[in-house]
Amino acid sequence: MSNENLFHISSSPHIRDKRTISRIMLDVIIALLPALVVSTIIFGARALVITLVAVVAALITEHIISVLLMRKRTTIGDLSAIVTGILLAFNLPVAIDPILAALGSVFAIAVAKMAFGGLGFNFINPALAGRTFLMASYPAAMTGAIFAQKGYGGKLPENLSGMNLDAVLGANAIDGISQATPLVAIKKLQELQDFDLLDLQEAFAPLFLGNVGGTIGETSALALLVGGIYLIYKRVINPLVPFIYIFGVFLLYWIFGGDYSHFSGSAFTVPMFQILSGGIFLGAFFMITDMTTTPITLKGQAIFAAGCAIITFLIRKFGGYPEGCSYSILLMNLLTPLIDRYVKPKVYGTGGAK
Amino acid sequence: MIYKFMQELKRGVFTENPIFVLALGLCPTLGVSTSVENGIGMGIATTLVLICSNAMISIFKDLIPDRVRIPCFIVIIATFVSVVQLLIKAYFPEIDTYLGIFIPLIVVNCIIFARAEAFAAKNSVLPSITDGLVMGIGYTVALVVLSALREFLGANRLLGLSVIPGYSPMTIFVLAPGGFFTIALVLAIINSFKLRGKK
Repeated sequence: MSNENLFHISSSPHIRDKRTISRIMLDVIIALLPALVVSTIIFGARALVITLVAVVAALITEHIISVLLMRKRTTIGDLSAIVTGILLAFNLPVAIDPILAALGSVFAIAVAKMAFGGLGFNFINPALAGRTFLMASYPAAMTGAIFAQKGYGGKLPENLSGMNLDAVLGANAIDGISQATPLVAIKKLQELQDFDLLDLQEAFAPLFLGNVGGTIGETSALALLVGGIYLIYKRVINPLVPFIYIFGVFLLYWIFGGDYSHFSGSAFTVPMFQILSGGIFLGAFFMITDMTTTPITLKGQAIFAAGCAIITFLIRKFGGYPEGCSYSILLMNLLTPLIDRYVKPKVYGTGGAK
Repeated sequence: MIYKFMQELKRGVFTENPIFVLALGLCPTLGVSTSVENGIGMGIATTLVLICSNAMISIFKDLIPDRVRIPCFIVIIATFVSVVQLLIKAYFPEIDTYLGIFIPLIVVNCIIFARAEAFAAKNSVLPSITDGLVMGIGYTVALVVLSALREFLGANRLLGLSVIPGYSPMTIFVLAPGGFFTIALVLAIINSFKLRGKK
């Protein structure tokens, strides 16, 4: 037999791919690294410690549940628990108690993921479920002080941060500062009708680079963008989905944004500020692209992303919370089976000819 | 006699527990199991209604026409619920403010319906009263277990006393989602023990 491949007989599947779950998850972890590095620079080593705690807690929980309760081989090898841990930590403020970070991880893995059967069976994003759990249980710790290291370079203008940072930091006597996150600030200022567009424009650079208050992983749009482009290059995610989400929020803010003429330059300031701040980029590249909890078809994913954009906009604009990104994704997670049902692709060869 | 009652009690609390086995009356269970006090209050109120309505229905079971039995049951149950509600209002006004709407809602609690339909309408008075009592005890036990877990995890308290100093409680357990988590957790544990027993 010289050419045994030619006569190889086997049952389906016939088309195989080298891509495995652990390979995809590894790519996601690599893509998350830039944001982790940037947050360590901005918030200090504590950001790294919190992330490590969350990851370790997620791994231990998954190992214990899969071995002791489900009585099968441990599933931590697929690396998905690491991704969940990192994503959860990215959604936490850096000042949070590490015990709470671990608790959130345990909840994310045990209740949101393993209780439903593990990877592939969970219907909501485990990391976001963990965040929501902490949010409902410890609201003070989740929205409390956000501090940065000494020598905190980036700064929101005084009007947005509520303090003269040059004066505060010039004294050089403090380890960190706490200030309102950009979204809290703009929500307050919009209620007071007291903000200057130039202030917002001045904030674009720090927002893009990440030198602002916020949770560990969400602040740097640039780092997340780098990770997202890596994922797109590796074909783990489809660029259309994050694009629809980010552009959708931008568009909604542009249309319903405010008092400016829609084609003047100032009409784009608020939408730009909104997409750069908060968790939009984190959600767009790492959460609404999750394979388990989003629709299967590209059409379904596009509907999913558009729905997320609408809900995010509604919560930010009219809701009580300054940020609506994570709740919008959780709500759309629940709608995923419905979307899948209506965008089911036609089986080739069935259905009448037109 | 006592042995027979113990058998019945075992049926009410373990083998046919209204919440953990029959999964009846989950709505008031989720609603009031936020603290042990509420749980005990609700359990006793339901037990009283259950005993009285079971007795009354078994007395009148031959008089009640089959086709209109459900409205008849509702009239009987509603009467006793009103009595219990007035009693609670008169003697335990505090419990009344905590339990609020859930006391009138005992009228439509499916545990009471199920026992009326499945037991009282087919048995004589004394067994029906016993059934009402053991089912009521089973319901109260389940409520106390759930509310103790929720009160401890969600507020770090038991019967109003704080338990572990320095433990910051997970508020979500006294909120509505926590009710679902707790009942799912307890049911899962019970079912896993049952399955293990069968192997």
